[in-house]
Amino acid sequence: MTVRINGKEFEVSPGTSVAAALLNIGYSGFRRSETGESRGPVCGMGICLECRVQIGGVRHVRACMVTCQDHMEIETDA
Amino acid sequence: MTEVFDGIVVGGGIVGCACAYYLSERFPKVLLIEKGPVGGGSTAAGMGHVVVMDDSRAQFALTQYSQQLWNELFPQLEPSCEPRSTGTLWVAADEEEFSHVDGKRKLYESNGLRAEVLDTKAIREAEPHLREGLPGGLLIPGDSVIYPMTAAAWLLDQARLRGAKLLQGRAVVKMGQGKTTLDDGTTLDAHFVVNATGDRAQTLTPGLPITPRKGHLIITDRYPGYVRHQLVELGYLKSAHEMSNESVAFNAQPRATGQILLGSSRQFVGWDPGIDRNLIAKMVARATEYLPGIGSLSVIRTWVGFRATTPNSLPLIGSLQHDPATLVAAGHEGLGITTSLATGKLIADIASGVESKIDRNPFAVSVEVKS
Repeated sequence: MTVRINGKEFEVSPGTSVAAALLNIGYSGFRRSETGESRGPVCGMGICLECRVQIGGVRHVRACMVTCQDHMEIETDA
Repeated sequence: MTEVFDGIVVGGGIVGCACAYYLSERFPKVLLIEKGPVGGGSTAAGMGHVVVMDDSRAQFALTQYSQQLWNELFPQLEPSCEPRSTGTLWVAADEEEFSHVDGKRKLYESNGLRAEVLDTKAIREAEPHLREGLPGGLLIPGDSVIYPMTAAAWLLDQARLRGAKLLQGRAVVKMGQGKTTLDDGTTLDAHFVVNATGDRAQTLTPGLPITPRKGHLIITDRYPGYVRHQLVELGYLKSAHEMSNESVAFNAQPRATGQILLGSSRQFVGWDPGIDRNLIAKMVARATEYLPGIGSLSVIRTWVGFRATTPNSLPLIGSLQHDPATLVAAGHEGLGITTSLATGKLIADIASGVESKIDRNPFAVSVEVKS
């Protein structure tokens, strides 16, 4: 299946979390803090809230808690 | 040797801080006593909506006067007080509610306030996330939003710059007849004392008809622009008057941070501080009837607070008949952030023996003295 990350298509294996997909591609910064610092996943289990990305137009979605779906639209630093 | 204060204000919520603010303009020796943080309690739990409410003539006068006072202060407030002119958009859920909108508009306009009826198209242009097919609503552009905790602290800071004193970390166990007794046994003297302890005022002035009414609030993560005005369902007052044990009404506020503050609930359950998950679910369900997408946003925190409710929904502002040196400034229900400033003015007027800009009689304090 494919997902679109920041407008570019990537092939991912079914069952991959959005966080894993981003890390596999090479993203370490998933979002920006209020003061512009880069942030990425810490806990990987939905607690730290550091891995938030925009999925399907909805902001602040925890990348580690969502499984990739075909044609999913993912934006980092949104 | 003992210092005699002009006035002692007990309670550092926004009402007590507003009393200190206006009293310190007229009296050099004002003391405010707060046992916890300034702007804690119900002030910290509240939404911070500065709103003119048409529940009764007296409430309209008090809220309108207060809003004028807030507007005077807005240019001076620190940015941390987050003053924002969001306006209030009263949303009609059905044609029946919409049929009352024009009457409401006329009432606001006849009192010199701007009011604009929005039809089904205009309301969606004003708030694109509202559901399609709502009949419309009423926009009151002059209403606004502040951050209550920092606004309370700011009011007290200004009072202290004028010479008022703060005694923090000590509880008052008894007050009356110009005397205030602290929990360490110290007694302080003043020409007058002000009970501004909100939903707890009846413990220091027995017989005050105040009952705590619990409310839940929800705050989301940052979604700037998702909601633009303070949104309130037109049925809000119906809910506020519901004297049954539990009611829910839709109320959504855009914070300066882009977060959305979501209300509201009303319950008579004493001071039970627990979060009722079922009630939170009902509040979200109610909000979803107006903002269908709200369920996809992340909630970061929920909390509760206690409104100081009175039988006629008006605050108690005045002196006790049997003890004129004791003033009461409490019982502000869900409007204390708005009405704090007019309350402070009225208290300062009473203490200095001058007339007020509005009729004080509707807020007169009567206490059942139990023998």
